[in-house]
Amino acid sequence: MQTMRSIEPGQQLLNVENVSLRFGGVKAITDVSFDIKKGEVRAIIGPNGAGKTSMLNVINGFYHPQEGQITYRGEARARMRPHVAATQGIARTFQNVALFKGMTTLDNIMVGRTLKMQKSFFWQLFRHGPAMNEEIEHRKFVEEIIDFLEIEHIRKVPVGKLPYGLQKRVELGRALAMQPELLLLDEPMAGMNLEEKEDMCRFILDTKEQYGTTIALIEHDMGVVMDLSDRVVVLEYGIKIADGTPEEVKANQKVIDAYLGVAH
Amino acid sequence: MFYREAGQFKKSYAADMAVFPILQDRIGIAVILFIAAVVIPLTGSTFFISSVMIPFLVFSLAAMGLNIVTGYTGLISLGTGAFMGVGAFACYKLTTIFPNVNIIIWIIASGAFSAAIGAAFGLPSLRIKGFYLAVATLAAQFFLEWCFVRVPWLYNYSASGAIQVPQRTLFGVVITGANASPTTRYMVLLGVVVLLTWVASNILHGRVGRTFMAVRDMDIAAELMGIRLLPAKLLAFALSSFYCGVAGAVMMFLWYGGGEAADAFNIRQSFNILFMVIIGGLGSLIGCFMGAALLNIVPIILKFGLPAIGIAVASETAEHLNHLLVGGLIIFFLIVEPHGLARLWQITKQKLRTWPFPY
Repeated sequence: MQTMRSIEPGQQLLNVENVSLRFGGVKAITDVSFDIKKGEVRAIIGPNGAGKTSMLNVINGFYHPQEGQITYRGEARARMRPHVAATQGIARTFQNVALFKGMTTLDNIMVGRTLKMQKSFFWQLFRHGPAMNEEIEHRKFVEEIIDFLEIEHIRKVPVGKLPYGLQKRVELGRALAMQPELLLLDEPMAGMNLEEKEDMCRFILDTKEQYGTTIALIEHDMGVVMDLSDRVVVLEYGIKIADGTPEEVKANQKVIDAYLGVAH
Repeated sequence: MFYREAGQFKKSYAADMAVFPILQDRIGIAVILFIAAVVIPLTGSTFFISSVMIPFLVFSLAAMGLNIVTGYTGLISLGTGAFMGVGAFACYKLTTIFPNVNIIIWIIASGAFSAAIGAAFGLPSLRIKGFYLAVATLAAQFFLEWCFVRVPWLYNYSASGAIQVPQRTLFGVVITGANASPTTRYMVLLGVVVLLTWVASNILHGRVGRTFMAVRDMDIAAELMGIRLLPAKLLAFALSSFYCGVAGAVMMFLWYGGGEAADAFNIRQSFNILFMVIIGGLGSLIGCFMGAALLNIVPIILKFGLPAIGIAVASETAEHLNHLLVGGLIIFFLIVEPHGLARLWQITKQKLRTWPFPY
């Protein structure tokens, strides 16, 4: 988007103000406010059903909150569709992998480049000349990501056949192919063993450093959250109960109560 | 042993992204094209060309059309027959209104009419999926079939309600109408099919094809990648109907040579082509040809092949056997190999790569 001004690291990239989301009578999110600064890793944590995934869905346009406002890159956002979020540079991965199962790893990541591919349908008819050049140019970029995520060996394998850990990695690759400004990761380490988790942590940190991507992360593994993130937001029953650096959050009595339970 | 890619190194992305990256495949395709374009016209009997090859090519084209929307984009369509009919009538009207324009141009152009109508009937696909979409496309089938019978303007108010294919020439050679020889019609048809297959392969291997498959496999994630679902689905419907429309036009003009459209483009035709796509392989171009070949050749073998080797089968019995066999084949493939003949072919190729060694 050319019209948008660039945001310097440390400035506010996304601001969520007093957002409430209801499904009929069920309140998924109540009056939650927080912000995400450019270049940071922002974790969203909370017990099951706290509204973390709903929060991500609100950010990338799947859900439309009844109240509140979201400001992205300094512009207040109206109701919008997920594909608009994609054009604005918001990418995400899903809690339960949402890859294109019938396609190869390579094709999956190439889909992430769709928005960057400009050649018209007319040129697509030929697969020579401009369309092919564009294809090759994006293939180069995709190969960089494949290299970055160390998945060269499964380049031509249909992703449906891959083990879970690799699928998660391909999904990260697909999101990275969009060169997002803001990357939303929904439990990137769920169901992984220690080694896979360590790999994933490394990829997330490398992503931040190499591409300068801002990352919002939902994760249940507290060790990972505390190590990776710069700031943490804690939700419980759709309400924000804490917000701050990992140390502050760790010491917060409300957070401890939410996770361990309180005697009534 | 014969099908090994050892020593064939890809030195550029272009080589790696080629449709046939392996040398043997390229040779194979060249041989097939040579047989189709040279050997068959020179040596094939009139019967073989007009009753085996021409229907096979027509159905391959129609199956390709359906495969684009059902196999690649995952939207079930039961309106194939009707969309083919639209193509046939468009071609008929165009060539009667503008007789001086070459018929080849009209055959291709009639696809565009079919594409427009297909896209219109594809509109519900944004909201409904699966069986419900199948029913919505069924509405297209019934409505268009009704039009083919009840709108006399379409068949130029002829008393029989049939399309009468006029005589048209290409470079002085008669290619449609009663005087066109089967070989000429076959050659024209082959040209159209090869051209459109090449185009389909280009589209499906590129950005547009990936968009279709992304919508098929996980539409939510596709939307997140910036793919707008409605345009993608409508494009799939339009493209699919384009191919079906051209298939309908060539069916009327290069195969039937005229006839009642309501018989040729009915719901049975839609199912017939759907079966070809399922048996051939959803989401595979080569599968379209395999499915069309199988469903087209089985009846002919039963009808003419069995008597030829001394087993007398009454034509009704052959017809019944045909139904039995096709039904059985469909069940067989749905259970054993849901990806159809194309997947079997792929597995065979994989095995051939190492044969005769275990790995």
